[in-house]
Amino acid sequence: MKRNGLVVTALVIVSFLTLFSPPADAQQAEWQKVAVPPLPAFHPTEPKRIVLSNGMVVFLQEDHELPLINAFARIRGGSYSDPAGKTGLVDIYGEVWRTGGTKEQTGDQLDDFLEARAAKVETGGGGDSTSIGLSCLKQDFNDVFKIFLDVLQNPEFRPDKLDLAQKEAFDAISRRNDDINEIVGRESAKLGYGKDSAYARVPEYATVAAITRQDLIEWHRAHVHANNIILGVSGDFDSAQMESVLRQAFEKWPKGPAVARQQYAMSPAKPGYYLINKDDVNQSAVRFIDSGTTRKSPDYYSIEVFNEAFGGGFSSRLFSSIRSKLGLAYSVGGGIGTGWDHPGLTRVGAGTKSQSTVESIQALYQQIDDLKSQPISNEEIGRAKDSILNSFIFRFDTPEKVLREKLGYEFYGYPLDFLERYQSGIEKISVADVAKVPPRYLHKEQIRVLVVGNSAEFDKPLSTLGPVTTLDITIPAPPQEPAPAKP
Amino acid sequence: MKQSIKILFCLFFSCLVVSAQDIASFEKHITVKKLDNGLTVLIMEHPDAPVFSFFTLVDAGSTQDPLSKTGLAHMMEHMAFKGTDEIGTKNYAAEKVVLEKVEKAYAAYEAERNNRVRRDEQKVKQLEKQWQDAIAEAQQYVIPNQFGQIVEANGGEGMNAFTSVDETGYHYSMPANRFELWAYLESERFLHPVMREFYKERNVVIEERRMRVDSSPVGRLLEQFITESFAAHQYHRPTIGWISDLNNFSATDAERFFHRYYVPSNMVVTVVGDVKAAEAMPVIEKYFGRLPAMTQPEEFISTEPPQNSVREVVLHDASQPIYLEGYHRPDYRDQDDAVYDAIADLMSSGRTSRLYRALVRDKKIASYSAGFSGLPGVKYPHLFAFYGIPLPGHKSQEIADAIHAEIERLKTEDVTDEELKMVKTRAKADLIRGLADNQGLAMQLGTEMARYGDWRELFREVERIEKVTKADIRRVASKTFVETNRTVGIIETRVANPAQGGVQ
Repeated sequence: MKRNGLVVTALVIVSFLTLFSPPADAQQAEWQKVAVPPLPAFHPTEPKRIVLSNGMVVFLQEDHELPLINAFARIRGGSYSDPAGKTGLVDIYGEVWRTGGTKEQTGDQLDDFLEARAAKVETGGGGDSTSIGLSCLKQDFNDVFKIFLDVLQNPEFRPDKLDLAQKEAFDAISRRNDDINEIVGRESAKLGYGKDSAYARVPEYATVAAITRQDLIEWHRAHVHANNIILGVSGDFDSAQMESVLRQAFEKWPKGPAVARQQYAMSPAKPGYYLINKDDVNQSAVRFIDSGTTRKSPDYYSIEVFNEAFGGGFSSRLFSSIRSKLGLAYSVGGGIGTGWDHPGLTRVGAGTKSQSTVESIQALYQQIDDLKSQPISNEEIGRAKDSILNSFIFRFDTPEKVLREKLGYEFYGYPLDFLERYQSGIEKISVADVAKVPPRYLHKEQIRVLVVGNSAEFDKPLSTLGPVTTLDITIPAPPQEPAPAKP
Repeated sequence: MKQSIKILFCLFFSCLVVSAQDIASFEKHITVKKLDNGLTVLIMEHPDAPVFSFFTLVDAGSTQDPLSKTGLAHMMEHMAFKGTDEIGTKNYAAEKVVLEKVEKAYAAYEAERNNRVRRDEQKVKQLEKQWQDAIAEAQQYVIPNQFGQIVEANGGEGMNAFTSVDETGYHYSMPANRFELWAYLESERFLHPVMREFYKERNVVIEERRMRVDSSPVGRLLEQFITESFAAHQYHRPTIGWISDLNNFSATDAERFFHRYYVPSNMVVTVVGDVKAAEAMPVIEKYFGRLPAMTQPEEFISTEPPQNSVREVVLHDASQPIYLEGYHRPDYRDQDDAVYDAIADLMSSGRTSRLYRALVRDKKIASYSAGFSGLPGVKYPHLFAFYGIPLPGHKSQEIADAIHAEIERLKTEDVTDEELKMVKTRAKADLIRGLADNQGLAMQLGTEMARYGDWRELFREVERIEKVTKADIRRVASKTFVETNRTVGIIETRVANPAQGGVQ
């Protein structure tokens, strides 16, 4: 079963029946009497993987359902390696790469050409990579692919579009304290990774203003080389034909310096209580923050099952207690963070009215304590595993999803059959495995508790729980310059 | 199946017009049946992976909320996850008795609490305690979230629901071997719903209101703006509900709403995926056929009169400025509906759109600007809205002036041939891109069935855009975007009081 790709078998159904079959003498509920036949075996189309002589990796996934073609290339290196004093460089690069046009055509000309065909070529910047994508009707592929190539290889980064991108970045900075959920997401990362960590820092007026056209040109020169690129193409084409088009386009592209995979320093804030006061809200955003791990950890599958049972969907402990039983929150959940190539952030949290802020923190503590006194039970684990395994097929039920999964594994250096390993990894998890997760990853005394809310309305001062550090999130004004005006 | 969709769209593209025959080729995979109880069922065979998605549409939304009970349609949506007389209970016979006790206690408490003249505070407290005690007694019978647990443990994916001013919808996807189990669960949910944990769930909904509206600058602006825009029609009321109504309505109210609007003749069930209609339809009939036939609910709708005035709401808020304006337009069945779609696309889609080019690229006064229909719904006459997000240092008035200049161009100059062609090409491409996944298809087809009684309208909408002319755009812009038909909503940044330590 492992060798033949992703197959959903009767095994999954068996685990469902063992879980919900009542004792022999109990009366079966109506829903338990409904027959569930075995799911037919399903072998999704696997993409074809090609490695060009210059090291560029290409995946081709035919999908003839609709007359469309999509392509997506991921290029190593992203905002985690923004130079000091220029945080925001890769974000700006990701936009101006496309809007700034090519040597031949301005970005506006590209817009006109593409939109007339309802086609897209777009670029973007991320933490560990940048990307360029294409989407078009099959009939327009040749024309649109030419633009894709031109943007990939000959971008011009025209200054008017850099100026525009900087203005938009200033606007985003000016608005970043408007919404408590945006604040709590950003500041949680700073507490978990350290405020200056590559994984948490954010652009400021000064760092965005410092970015020059030359910076964008140099970033492109340093990173966009065939051997740093993974390209996936899906849609209504013939693989052999597409392969020859791509070989012709890329095979002669010389190799460049490889972008090394990097780990960046982390210096989490010390455990304790952190408060960000916001006087125009009546709900508090509460987060418990701790360090997580990566998907390469031997505990990964135990953590997946634990997360599902503790803070996943409707069936989870957090949902049932904090939301359904106590009525304290609409949004509640969380789990141990697992990153692809660096430790994820463990976040557990809820949004609750100002007047139940401390009560909710205590209720969340109680949930962590309960993990000791009432460990996750056999039944809860069975339910969590059923939920993961029975919905497993939705990770590869379309050719596009299969392609996306493979691109991710390739990028992070995971085995390409990671999804199959995942299934068998989850199947093996026992109560004892899950019991090891909380002592390893959830420590009450190591948690940073962050509250963004209207402290004047809290049920009790946060300080009744322990010493509180008040965080100042005032946005630093742009240096000297009169514009952009301080918001 | 796959092949025929492809052929259909190749035709579609080259001919530019959908002929009846193209729809006919799509038709081979769609089966529609009205059951004896009035329920509309649509099945689309889309065999690929062994999975299916469904969409249950109830043709009632917050517009149908009774007077002084805003938020009730949305509350009912939450209650549809609370289980049945079989699911979510340890002993329904006993639970039922206590739930009735909860309702009696609540009615007594409410009567005293709402007695404005002779309220006895002591008695209010005593009655509140009796009500709370009854709730605690009922809790012993509850298996929390068992309905959701069964769906999840059986591989349900993306289980969710929504309530809008126009309708309420329920959806998720499942492995194909759970089709009959799904039919059982989904029909039971609307055959034997139980209002358990109602008052706790009401608190959850109140938290949802705090999150979406009270603590969100955009939420606060939209609520005030929509309230101001509609004087007579029920669209002026928030779907999430006013806080006083949320603190008042009862499980009995929700049950009454359920019996009035959750009737088969008012619902459409759509299934798309790896199912065969010949096998699936009898299963659906077996389970959903049990819903009792009822008469279609009567409508109680006031028609919005012509506005005849400029209206404005200004929020002096701690957050950054936003500019929004809306104009009344007819409902989705109006003959100019496609013209409004064309205008929205022309003004807003991508970096070639008129608003992007004018406000963002050329004038450099906004980070984003767009115009769209459907605020807050489409079933009744509603708003076509424009908005702009001013860049730091720029005022809302500059945004308003720039938007008005673009509106003036729409009225006085013909759009170019290239622009009109772009709009039409995009409408077709968007339709195709929307046909890829089961859940999206189910929601689109189900919505068309409810709105028009015919899924083919999905394709005809594109045909109608194809027929839009330059003169249509000038005519519709001229009649709609006029000052006396306008409501403006603005957030202006208030200066924070440093003594309060408020963040900027």
